[in-house]
Amino acid sequence: MTIELNARSTATDTVLEVDNLSVSFPTEDGLVKAVRGVSYTLRRGETLGIVGESGSGKSVTSLALMGLLPGSAKITGSARFRGEELLGKNDREMSKIRGKHLAMIFQDPLTSLNPVYPIGKQIAEAVLVHHDVSKRAAWERAVDLLKVVGIPFPEQRVNNYPHEMSGGMRQRVVIAIAMANNPEVMIADEPTTALDVTVQAQVLEALEAARTEIGAALVLITHDLGVIAGHADRVCVMYAGKLVESGTVDDIFYRPRMPYALGLLGSLPRVDEGRDARLTPIVGTPPSLLNLPPGCPFRPRCPLAQDICDEVEPDLVTVDAGGQHTAACHFSTQLVDTQATDVFAVTSVDVDTEEVAVADTDLVADTDLVADTDLIADTRPVADTRLAADTSEDAS
Amino acid sequence: MTIDTSKPAATGTVISARNLVKHFPVRSRGILRRRIGEVHAVCDVSFDIGATETLGLVGESGCGKSTTARLLLNLIRPTSGEIHYAGKDLAQLSRSQMRPLRRDLQIVFQDPFASLDPRMTVFEIIAEPLRIHGLFSGGGAAKVRELMSTVGLNSEHGNRYPHEFSGGQRQRIGIARALALRPKVLVLDEPVSALDVSIQAGVINLLEDLQHELGLSYLFVSHDLSVVRHIAHRVAVMYLGRIVETATVEDLFTKASHPYTQALISAIPLPDPRKERVRQRILLTGDVPSPVSPPSGCRFRTRCPKFAEQLSGPERELCINEVPALTDRGQGHRSACHYAEAVKLV
Repeated sequence: MTIELNARSTATDTVLEVDNLSVSFPTEDGLVKAVRGVSYTLRRGETLGIVGESGSGKSVTSLALMGLLPGSAKITGSARFRGEELLGKNDREMSKIRGKHLAMIFQDPLTSLNPVYPIGKQIAEAVLVHHDVSKRAAWERAVDLLKVVGIPFPEQRVNNYPHEMSGGMRQRVVIAIAMANNPEVMIADEPTTALDVTVQAQVLEALEAARTEIGAALVLITHDLGVIAGHADRVCVMYAGKLVESGTVDDIFYRPRMPYALGLLGSLPRVDEGRDARLTPIVGTPPSLLNLPPGCPFRPRCPLAQDICDEVEPDLVTVDAGGQHTAACHFSTQLVDTQATDVFAVTSVDVDTEEVAVADTDLVADTDLVADTDLIADTRPVADTRLAADTSEDAS
Repeated sequence: MTIDTSKPAATGTVISARNLVKHFPVRSRGILRRRIGEVHAVCDVSFDIGATETLGLVGESGCGKSTTARLLLNLIRPTSGEIHYAGKDLAQLSRSQMRPLRRDLQIVFQDPFASLDPRMTVFEIIAEPLRIHGLFSGGGAAKVRELMSTVGLNSEHGNRYPHEFSGGQRQRIGIARALALRPKVLVLDEPVSALDVSIQAGVINLLEDLQHELGLSYLFVSHDLSVVRHIAHRVAVMYLGRIVETATVEDLFTKASHPYTQALISAIPLPDPRKERVRQRILLTGDVPSPVSPPSGCRFRTRCPKFAEQLSGPERELCINEVPALTDRGQGHRSACHYAEAVKLV
């Protein structure tokens, strides 16, 4: 490699610090609050998974800190890259950072590549923008990068146009472009969603290879919990524009403390489980982010919901001794050692009303646990709230 | 609610496909549009579906799953082959002869946004098949309301339009429409792929319950093996137009013997960090070859890790020259690989 790459700063361990980031979009119907106070930190070399359903604000969060949102978006809060504030920078200033320090990989490789230039030129362009090197050197770097992401015969493939490559290959080219300048942070927004499983495995392998090669930290945004389980160190779960739970990957998968995360795991069919395991869906749909009512946004779909959930939106609080695992639920103490089937019912109905079926209300009736949290000390007697004991839908 | 969905209740074959072949012509550009080749979409596919049985048909995009599903319903004519239903060969029937049989054979499509007419109310959408078959008069409205509650929708919402429903509810409308004529066979073409996981689970449960209550036979087409493992009794894996392995769901996932099935299963990410860390992955190289000119012999050989790494020169000759038949090679289920070998992956 003939390109001198800038020496990595070792000054700080935290590369990216997002603090109370909020994004809203004015529309004809009112203000859509797409992201509401998201905070997280990304340490050097780690992979942070952000998981959530469509419309939960996963992508908007990342677009905001890359400065890629339309001008009408209202962004508040702060996002610091190695201590340097990113929000409020103008486009010229952002251009110096984008690609060089922060790189992004989008979902659809066909729209993120230019159809009229060969891929080698597009990779070389990314190098030339930030480095004063010869075109030949940049072109050679392009070949090297294609090799890293596992494209066979890179010397020939570098001359290909995007339409001559398959979806998985194109996505690997996009990864090559993202790593071209050895960025400290790569943000991959649903990098494998449009791909078949065998190709997804190849692309994730390429992403992992790219990350190890340049030692970058990775923000992996996806709705696929399986991808998160295999590739992330820490996980943030988003719902209705907020972080509702965050922790290490083991915390989230084995000790979820927010009903939404628990419900997601329970609703997932698994290849290592047979037909006898039934799924526990989360009934209802995510709320509209336009005129979001007060209280917990998950409340209408939550089997544990009480009066307090209608009134007070729970903050993200620490739920373990180490301080790594946080959850936003008034009743997170009740979820210690519970399975999805303890909280959610095996049901096949879909309701858009307030009725939510509860599998086993013992959990709610366990007053010892409830007494632990003074927050709910004055809610109505818990045993009365057998919400769905008589909803006949279970029987369908 | 405890429904025992684990036991396969297959009693006799309801519908069967025999040696289905479908070639689509590739035409040249320009005015003449000469035939310059053929896409070998489906090649020699045979399977049976029993009563109250789900056959899962899995494979990557472009492997011919959806074409097979449409061939089974005679929505497209096969190039050759037979479809046996109720003692008749559907491939030989005319459109008018087909019509009374269509009551028994229904389909649910993947995209719940595109498969419902946005200008019809939900009531009209579900009532349409009843009207077409002359079954609406005499309690049709009550039937529609009953269908809506059967699929877990509020029957008072019949005068709403599809756009007023979420994706999961829309898919339920599609299922209600398919059930309106009390079919015996339901073809489900990727019915849950477009839905978020939390909503997908409800639709899967609904399909399981409906099968149990109404005694339906499903052909469940999907690219998602986790969903197939959950819902199917038997599975057929397709690659480039051919079935490469078929077995009961337990056998397929615990002792897959075709290298393609093995790669497919090992590529599925597990939502279990501890298992993911220790898992062996079989990574396939390259992409699916073009179905216009599929490789000779075994169609998978160009990407097969076994062919590339384990087989010797003379052994490879067999893969190149001879199409492996779909037969039992000692694993207790049928596999189209000359060198099939069962491997436990999950």
